[in-house]
Amino acid sequence: MIAEIGQFAAIAATALFIFALNWMNDPKTARRGVYAGVIGMTVAVGATWIQPGIVHHGAILLAIAAGFIVGVPLSRVPLTAVPQRTALSHAFGGLAAGLVGTAEFFLWQHEGPENFTTFRMSALVVEVILGFLTFTGSLMATGKLQEVKWIPQRPVTYPGQNVVNLGVLAGAVVLGVLVVLNPTAAWASNAFLGVAGLALLFGVLLVIPIGGADMPTVISILNSYAGLSAVAMGFVLNSALLVTAGALDGSSGLILSIIMCRAMNRSFTNVLFGAFGTVAKVKTGGEQKVWKQESVEGASQLLEQANLVVVIPGYGMAVAQAQHKVQELYDQLTKRGVSVKFAIHPVAGRMPGHMNVLLAEANIPYSALVEMEEINPEMPQCDVALVIGANDVVNPAARYAKDSPIYGMPIIDADKAKTVLAIKRSKNPGFAGIDNELYVQDNTWMLFGDAKSVIGDLVKQFVGGGLH
Amino acid sequence: MTGYWSMLFVFVLATFIGLGVIRRVSRLLYTPLMSLTNAISAIAVVGSLTVAGGDYPRVIRILGAVALFASMTNIVSGFLITDRMLKMFKKQ
Repeated sequence: MIAEIGQFAAIAATALFIFALNWMNDPKTARRGVYAGVIGMTVAVGATWIQPGIVHHGAILLAIAAGFIVGVPLSRVPLTAVPQRTALSHAFGGLAAGLVGTAEFFLWQHEGPENFTTFRMSALVVEVILGFLTFTGSLMATGKLQEVKWIPQRPVTYPGQNVVNLGVLAGAVVLGVLVVLNPTAAWASNAFLGVAGLALLFGVLLVIPIGGADMPTVISILNSYAGLSAVAMGFVLNSALLVTAGALDGSSGLILSIIMCRAMNRSFTNVLFGAFGTVAKVKTGGEQKVWKQESVEGASQLLEQANLVVVIPGYGMAVAQAQHKVQELYDQLTKRGVSVKFAIHPVAGRMPGHMNVLLAEANIPYSALVEMEEINPEMPQCDVALVIGANDVVNPAARYAKDSPIYGMPIIDADKAKTVLAIKRSKNPGFAGIDNELYVQDNTWMLFGDAKSVIGDLVKQFVGGGLH
Repeated sequence: MTGYWSMLFVFVLATFIGLGVIRRVSRLLYTPLMSLTNAISAIAVVGSLTVAGGDYPRVIRILGAVALFASMTNIVSGFLITDRMLKMFKKQ
């Protein structure tokens, strides 16, 4: 009877999870999806807990309590820190899969060799490799996004890097195959631990050469791996619920990775093995064009006289936490009858959808957020394109400069607007070291400074200053 | 043997459902989508629970308990932050 309850709960949870994702197709129904997910999860956990095989309740209660103690503060991080929280949660997902896989291996050894069928062993090795590489890889990504001191932000590359990385992965796979074929051998335990160790190492090596601009893609790929490791756990434990939930997560990560790659005109392998920042060349010779600086007063006049203003936010807006000031500017402009739209590039920020969440936090209606493909045909009618901390996603070099690392990447056509106002933190070339000729165009005016204070100054012009 | 085949079957079908459903998700919601799917895939909690609470040697149960903690953290923070973000997406 209790076993049947367990099976029924698994089916119910599966259905609820699919509904949860289905409701995410519209912001109006999306919150329902969270409730469906919570109910599904509670049902599944409850039905597992009452099974007769579970006898040690103290440890379970303790672990669950610890999960709440860590989980609640993690859900309250500022929204600018959501990328690193997401990467950290992928790390936890990978860790859980790797540890359960390790525990199962030694449990089977303890209980008897009849557990070691080739299929289950293969699934176990896949689970452990995927789980542990996701764990360390995501921890590295978290560290880079959080700008932890001892983890280099810039891509770290060295000659023969890909050979070393693939060698480590191949080592893990070969050892894994040996364990699958000889699970009862005297050396199998050590070989198994070797697989786990190499997977942990591979995760670190995989993410070390990756720079900030590639983070949206890398987070999506790690998301996919975390899902697949849950699928492998489902094969090991013979649980259709785990296989389904893992497959949903895996396919979500896969779709997001494909969208991110397409938005950068790059392939998976290129992101993972092509170390972005290192290709940047310093151009020498030729005429050096200079930027023109605009005053806050002049910029606010330009904005007030415009009919259509398109704001193009980037990671710089997130770093400066400028979204609330942007909202005040949005209010001031719309009050004066200026139509304001936000052009969102798929890879703006550090994770998929990053800009949307920040702007929604600042109470900007989501009907004002427009995707790149939809805004581009409108750009020639745009009076002022206001670029806030975005760089690569508006760099016209992507259209024609074959030697540029961003060549072929679809961009927001800021340069086609009648006037461009660009807010930039410093006068140095961008972090990636790529020159952006948008800044030296004839119709571009620069506003140097921290995005939050520059926009704050603009707002002051509208509220208290000479403009009314 | 049939058990394994039916599991592979489930995997293939679930992947197709996943691809179909995720493709329709609003682009505005990619960040909450990622935290939601992350919370959902923390259903690995049922595996951790079995290992942590079963009548097994202590070392194995400790591994299970740590895994349970990791999954539980993802469930709690994943659902809470998804809801927190979705609350912000209201139309004026």
